[in-house]
Amino acid sequence: MTQMIKVESLNKTFKLSKKQQKVERSASALRVAVDNLSFVANRGEIYGLLGPNGAGKTTTLRMLATLIKPDSGDALIGEHSIVSEPATVRAHIGFLTSELKLEDFFTPNYLFDFFAALHNVDAELAVKRKQQLFERFGIDEFAEVKIGGLSTGMKQKISLVISVVHDPEIIIFDEPTNGLDVITAKTVTDFLAELRNDGKTIILSTHIFSLVEKLCDRVGIIIDGRMIADGTLDEVTGGRDLEEVFFDLYVSVNEEVA
Amino acid sequence: MADTARRSGLISIIKKEFTRFFTDRRMVVTTLLLPGLMIFLFYSVMGNAITSVLSVDEDYEATVYAVNLPLTIRDVLDTADIAVTEVTPDETADIKEWIANKEADVLLIFPEDFDSTLEGRTNSDPTLYSPPDVEIYYNSTRVESATTYRAVTALFDSYKTALTPSFNVNGDPGGQFDLVTERDAAGFTFASLMPLLITIFLFSGCMGIAPESIAGEKERGTMATMLITPLARWELALGKVVSLGFISLLSGLSSFIGIMLSLPALMSDGGEAASASVYGFNDYLMLLLVTLATVLVFVSLISVMSAFARTVKEAGTLVMPLMVVVMLIAAMGMFSTGAATDLWYYLIPVYNSVQCLVGVFSFTIAPAAVAITVITNLLFTVVCVVALTKMFNSEKVLFGR
Repeated sequence: MTQMIKVESLNKTFKLSKKQQKVERSASALRVAVDNLSFVANRGEIYGLLGPNGAGKTTTLRMLATLIKPDSGDALIGEHSIVSEPATVRAHIGFLTSELKLEDFFTPNYLFDFFAALHNVDAELAVKRKQQLFERFGIDEFAEVKIGGLSTGMKQKISLVISVVHDPEIIIFDEPTNGLDVITAKTVTDFLAELRNDGKTIILSTHIFSLVEKLCDRVGIIIDGRMIADGTLDEVTGGRDLEEVFFDLYVSVNEEVA
Repeated sequence: MADTARRSGLISIIKKEFTRFFTDRRMVVTTLLLPGLMIFLFYSVMGNAITSVLSVDEDYEATVYAVNLPLTIRDVLDTADIAVTEVTPDETADIKEWIANKEADVLLIFPEDFDSTLEGRTNSDPTLYSPPDVEIYYNSTRVESATTYRAVTALFDSYKTALTPSFNVNGDPGGQFDLVTERDAAGFTFASLMPLLITIFLFSGCMGIAPESIAGEKERGTMATMLITPLARWELALGKVVSLGFISLLSGLSSFIGIMLSLPALMSDGGEAASASVYGFNDYLMLLLVTLATVLVFVSLISVMSAFARTVKEAGTLVMPLMVVVMLIAAMGMFSTGAATDLWYYLIPVYNSVQCLVGVFSFTIAPAAVAITVITNLLFTVVCVVALTKMFNSEKVLFGR
């Protein structure tokens, strides 16, 4: 089994403004978002980061996608360090989060070509991939309609297609089904399973238990920035219901703190 | 391989910015067409309004009084259909009062020996006769009076010119001297107006697009989408500055054409109409260079400020103080009589642009000053692009709340 993502002791602390301190009722001006986090994801597997809101999932994925830098620790994406080779890492990953938007003014057709160029995809290959992906997601009908005029579901599909424009080996999805209707959500999860079958490595974050149970080969449970449990789904649950296991862990963590 | 990849990233960004702008009809109209058109309409209407307020009914017969009206002058006034009532010196006090009360238009007072003095100056030694003084009383707040005054003085001017050749025994090159005055008059008019106008239009051109393109992309989350590709940060920074600079320049050019087209209407009342034809190819070349260099500085400055802002609105607020400073510097240029001669001044961005503009328009510029300005501004732009690159690398700038 090839390790495609190797996260080693990632740490990230944010400074809180006075206002944020008040909102979060925190006496400290620092907030530890990710606390000594380590895990491994293998080729051809889907790794799910499960945790409540504010657990540090998004921060972790942003560090893996090189949008933000860790305070300490490192992660290897393929063989490339997110700290010392961020540009190379970006060439090897596809990253999708609801925070990354496409400009309303442009058409799916234009944006696909634009991002293909930014990823240095060969022109001929780009045309072929565009045709395949647009057909697969029913975008071809809307290829010349400006993004601003499309439905939320269609926008999400286009974002998805554009995030894999360069056929990356590793795909990082932050809350991939959040805010989507059931049909679009199913399209997305089906696509994720398809990508895994093609031998891609996928890491996703979610707070939806059923998504992890249905889709993920391995799971890491994050609470307050720390990895509480990590392993294959079976290892973590021991045959129990994932939701029960999670709440047991959550209670024990909170007792520890108290 | 890596090199071609890099170049394609930069070109992709520039192409995208151009596509975004030039295929958006509304943007093209509001940024490229409207400024020039608005200025042209505004100034044309303003010029016409000034002319119409100051013009007099064609049928109006001015009430002109004259003391000691010489025969030669009577003929001149007759040809211009200006009827004159002759009066005695005793009546002048009354007539002056009428003029002050806007009941009469003009009073001309000639010396008794006007004709004989002129004849003496023409036919014998001019130094024996001092030139005769003519007094013209009028009331500038009465349009009819002011218009008649101008008509009379214009007549006298041309009459004087008609007499002049008889003095010029040795063919004194007076004609050439006249040309210089025209150039100076135009230079003075342009130098006091254009630097401020050009600065305002270039700056507002940049203001119209740079915050939208940088703070706007940050705000809408489309910037981050580009940043997770292998695109280098400097490519994004340089691509933005180059394409935004080009578009701002076009916008500035539109305003510039608007000014040029409306000048005749605006200046028609000023006597010597300011004509842009006094400027030659070299002047326009320097103007173009300075304008280009200025746009780059403005776009870079506004881009850096926009990158700090979280929203387009915030960017607008951040740029405000900069705008005030730029306008102040440009307004200072209005009151200077010529460009600064000390070349050190041209190392200060914005100030150097204004001084260059003043210099080009008033024919007082040293080419070295233009060269220093262009180089300084290019270097300044490079520094800003480097700063912008750093900012695009900073998570605090990109994701800070």
